[in-house]
Amino acid sequence: MKKQVGLMVMIILALTVVLSACGSKNDNGANNSNTGSNAGSASPETSEAPASKLKIGMVTDVGGVNDKSFNQSAWEALKKVTADTGVATKYLESKGDADMEPNLKAFVSEKYDMTWGIGFLFTDAMTKVATENPDSKFGLIDAAVELPNVESVAFAENEGSYLVGVVAGLMTKTNKIGFVGGMEIPVIKKFEAGFKAGVAAVNPDAAKAMKINYVGDFSKPDLGKQAAATMYDAGVDIIFHASGASGNGVFNEAKSRKDAGKDVWVIGVDKDQSLEFGDAITLTSMMKGVEAAVYKISTDLINGTWKGGQVVTLGLKDNGVGLPDTSTKNVPADVLAKVEEYKQKIISGEITVPTE
Amino acid sequence: MVRSTTAVELKGITKRFPGLVANDNINFELKKGEIHALLGENGAGKSTLMNILFGLYQPDEGEIWVNGNKTVIDGAGKAIELGIGMVHQHFKLVQPFTVAENIVLGNEPSKVGFLKYRKANQRVRDLSERYGLKVDPQMRIKDITVGMQQRVEILKTLYRGADILIFDEPTAVLTVQEIEELIEILRSLSAEGKSIILITHKLKEVMALADTVTVIRRGKVIRTLPTSETNERHLAELMVGRDVNFQVEKSKQEPGDVVLSVDSLQMKGEQSKNVLDGLGFEVRAGEILGIAGVDGNGQSELVYAITGMRSVNGGSIKLNGKDITNRTPREVSVAGVSHIPEDRHKHGLVLDFTLSENMILGNYFDPQFGKNGFIDFKAMDVLAQQLVTEFDVRGSGIHAKARSLSGGNQQKAIIARELWKNPDLLIAVQPTRGLDIGAIEYVHKRLVEARNQGKAILLVSFELDELYALSDRIAVMYEGRIMGEVDVDNRDDQQLGLMMAGDAAAAATAEGRK
Amino acid sequence: MNTMRKIFDKSSFLVPLVAIILGLLCGALAMYAGGYDPWLAYSSLLKKLFGSPYDIGEAIRAITPLIFTGIAVAFAFRTGLFNIGADGQFIMGMTGATIVGVTLDLPWYIHAPLAIIVGGLFGGLWAALAGYLKAARGVNEVISSIMLNWIALFLSNYIVGTYLVLEGQQKSKPLHESSLVTIKWLSESMGNARMHWGTLIALLGLIVFYVVLWRTKKGYELRAVGLNPNAALYAGMNVNRTIITSMFISGVFAGLGGVFEILGVFGYQTVMASSWGYGFDGIAVALLGGNTPIGVFLGAILFGGLSYGSAGMSFGADVPPEIVRIVIGSIIFFVASHGLVKFFLKPFMARRSGKSKSEGGGAR
Repeated sequence: MKKQVGLMVMIILALTVVLSACGSKNDNGANNSNTGSNAGSASPETSEAPASKLKIGMVTDVGGVNDKSFNQSAWEALKKVTADTGVATKYLESKGDADMEPNLKAFVSEKYDMTWGIGFLFTDAMTKVATENPDSKFGLIDAAVELPNVESVAFAENEGSYLVGVVAGLMTKTNKIGFVGGMEIPVIKKFEAGFKAGVAAVNPDAAKAMKINYVGDFSKPDLGKQAAATMYDAGVDIIFHASGASGNGVFNEAKSRKDAGKDVWVIGVDKDQSLEFGDAITLTSMMKGVEAAVYKISTDLINGTWKGGQVVTLGLKDNGVGLPDTSTKNVPADVLAKVEEYKQKIISGEITVPTE
Repeated sequence: MVRSTTAVELKGITKRFPGLVANDNINFELKKGEIHALLGENGAGKSTLMNILFGLYQPDEGEIWVNGNKTVIDGAGKAIELGIGMVHQHFKLVQPFTVAENIVLGNEPSKVGFLKYRKANQRVRDLSERYGLKVDPQMRIKDITVGMQQRVEILKTLYRGADILIFDEPTAVLTVQEIEELIEILRSLSAEGKSIILITHKLKEVMALADTVTVIRRGKVIRTLPTSETNERHLAELMVGRDVNFQVEKSKQEPGDVVLSVDSLQMKGEQSKNVLDGLGFEVRAGEILGIAGVDGNGQSELVYAITGMRSVNGGSIKLNGKDITNRTPREVSVAGVSHIPEDRHKHGLVLDFTLSENMILGNYFDPQFGKNGFIDFKAMDVLAQQLVTEFDVRGSGIHAKARSLSGGNQQKAIIARELWKNPDLLIAVQPTRGLDIGAIEYVHKRLVEARNQGKAILLVSFELDELYALSDRIAVMYEGRIMGEVDVDNRDDQQLGLMMAGDAAAAATAEGRK
Repeated sequence: MNTMRKIFDKSSFLVPLVAIILGLLCGALAMYAGGYDPWLAYSSLLKKLFGSPYDIGEAIRAITPLIFTGIAVAFAFRTGLFNIGADGQFIMGMTGATIVGVTLDLPWYIHAPLAIIVGGLFGGLWAALAGYLKAARGVNEVISSIMLNWIALFLSNYIVGTYLVLEGQQKSKPLHESSLVTIKWLSESMGNARMHWGTLIALLGLIVFYVVLWRTKKGYELRAVGLNPNAALYAGMNVNRTIITSMFISGVFAGLGGVFEILGVFGYQTVMASSWGYGFDGIAVALLGGNTPIGVFLGAILFGGLSYGSAGMSFGADVPPEIVRIVIGSIIFFVASHGLVKFFLKPFMARRSGKSKSEGGGAR
């Protein structure tokens, strides 16, 4: 029993020391909460920058800020905004659908000058919060809320998907191409439709035989891996995924096949995913300009040119969607030339890419 | 160091638990090679004392000397190291393992992590031959009898090199024959120079086995004396603290109408064998019919069949002429059958209910305990209080959990509840199992009282003394059938034993002699 | 009465309290190690919970479903069943309410109660299915109800996505206003927090939980079967029927949790990629609360409060979500580990009992 008392005393002492240390830290370090929440990258000059007292917040959907997809892109844009202008930025993650509304409200009640909602799932929550708080400004990615204090950004994913479809159609050796979607919702349907049209333009047979699988979730890599395995087993050699973090499983499966000597590829989505998963398996990516859009609209706010009330659709001509420069590593120049040719046709209106 | 003739000496051991002193300044001496009985009623402090010796409890005061050296036993490991072994009342064996595997468990002969089965089997065989403990090392525990399992426990302690063996109520679970074999085993162990402590509350065993007896009562040593200088009656007095009445007062009484009649009852068992095989008998009002037999010959199934807890495949059960075959337990209970079950923890009580809640266990649906689906707790408590007072159930009141009561008081509570229902038929299975003398005396008195009031009583017991003391008639059950009846006035254990073993000739002579 | 006494027993209060403190200290340690300010984080957490009427309201909103699922699991536990399927029953409750809310159009005084009843029944029957399988076929309820969770999820997705779907969306059409149980005036006075009558029903549910189990004959049966099915059989109870009844009641509670998320919070049902996990959180709530009504109430407040307030830690003290989860995890870990906390308390308890020997609470 004496031993236990000793142990107890030690633990209490240790905790007391820790807590008092915390207390003192509280006094000198209180300010670092003003910069973005990533403590490692917190740069002291931003918080103290007198040039701007603006605050911009962002709420993720359930994927979280490390989803290697649009939530992450958006947050990187805001980090860049902080670095460039000294405006304070902060994010909150939603653990479930019910959290979205209070999270948006949290920024509103802290008088943030603008709050981003990332993803179409925010449509209802943002409509409600924006209506209740007409003086607050909001930004919405991937969906449209037509209120004067909301700036909605949508992307012509079908156009970008068309171009990667051209790449896939020209480069497939087995003439079998796969598409892995997250949930079967309109925005993902746009990916599928554009991709299929792109493939069909250059390789009608492959378009007819295209394998399509919706895994039903944006945050389940295991499902993505399973879907990819089934497709590769069926002879597919190129998969385009539009499934958020579930797509990590697609890359994972491709990697293990590549290591086993199989010639398989993945086409990434939203960001240049070759940076994350390497050039060995990433053929190219259908980049969405989430980062650019968030950056632009956020800086509009800072520069006083924020409009609101509009639904912006960013397509090829705005460079809102497209292929990354790193594509040259795996995609031959003649294929890229073909891609450029189709890009111009779409911009000029010669080709209209279907959305569903 | 002087070679001591004393194996264990406990000096001034005191152990307190909240609200009670379990051991109060106990002195106890075990000589080498002797069999020393520790006699006392349930709750007298025997087990506490032995748990202290085996290192499971630490004494608050006092000293422990083993083989002439003062020691501190701070765990079972230390006790084993000192050569102390304990054979628990509830065996601690791994059921699917073989005998040999169980014995060597924790100290396996092995080579680079592989168990050397042959060596283990051989060692076990050597040990069992040396002490005359017949077991097959390769049998699985789940396939051998309780008596065999006990031998495995004994071998386990011997395997670990024990010289001092503690037996906690070793006969509680054994049949008559097995008890006799155990007595032989203990004698041969003692002859081999082992010192033995025998914890028990059975006087007969003390007299038959022990050299010395120490009687404890309420945590205090009352006397230590050689068994040659005492007798059962004297020991009982020392143990209980008053004169004990062994013989139940029971006058001859002419039985009344047939209350229970069972006819060619059939019940299928787990395998194809019938556990009840065309069994039939009658019980009349005002008589006690004892059912004798070795455990596992269908007694439990018979009781389950009558009370509706298991359905039968053929035959009939009639209560007061009305058919109650395959009725639900509630219907049977309402028809006038009370049941003191064999296992009071499994069936008789909900241990985590209060005593009060347990008192309405079979009657909670009765309107007098509440209307409109609600329970009238006041009515329940009134009944509980009344029964507790009438049947002298001692504990911490009617709102204490049934679990907190001693075995004897739990049994009293069940009997109170079952008699209160004022049944026509009372089924009592092993009603005094695990109870101490005072409680046994009480239960017996109550059963005879009920009989005198004209109730029909079916008594199933494995204790021959109990059957002879209470029954008006004794029927012997063997493999799901009634072998025959024996004469209660001229007790012949030899013949009864043969009948219990299924000897048809013995049954025939018994019938003839009646 | 007895249970009341038990609840207010000294150590039953002390242990959870110390557990929460230990958990907070542990969390503080984690935050300090990660370079964050625990003091600020905890004050932010409290601020998030009590800072504004809106936050209080939303915290209540987050706690409400946990009360329901906590009762559901605790109720089953009390009767010897482990209802791990509360999640599926929750989803069935949602679906039942959505079907009634979307397809029918009735006056509010019929529509809302009907939606509630149908949703509750959906949940109850879903659970009774697992109960029936156990009673009739001896299928372990843990396995069957876990599988029924998946079936419920995909069944409800199918129903919503096929029959009730709002064109081009992954959710149902909005429910008719008449079926909703929101409390407008309260919401308005609380900064538009999503307040609904379900909270009141949840509190009533706690009372029903107590009354049914500890006051009625049915409850007496249920508890007897839970504590000792052999004795229950001996006492003439129908053990199998009791198992089904118990699962049904448990499922009704879980289902009602789902009902009020639809009728009170969302007003529509989405096609869910995965369940929201309230059913599983309910297991934790029931265990934290020792399966007593008051325990479930407090457990739901702790669990729901932490989960809602954790956003405050991210917001106010910039603690990243991973570390917030460590903090919450350690608090719940300590509260659930009664044994561990008692180990910490033992020296103090023992010393106190040493002073007053007669009463003594020493180790037994």
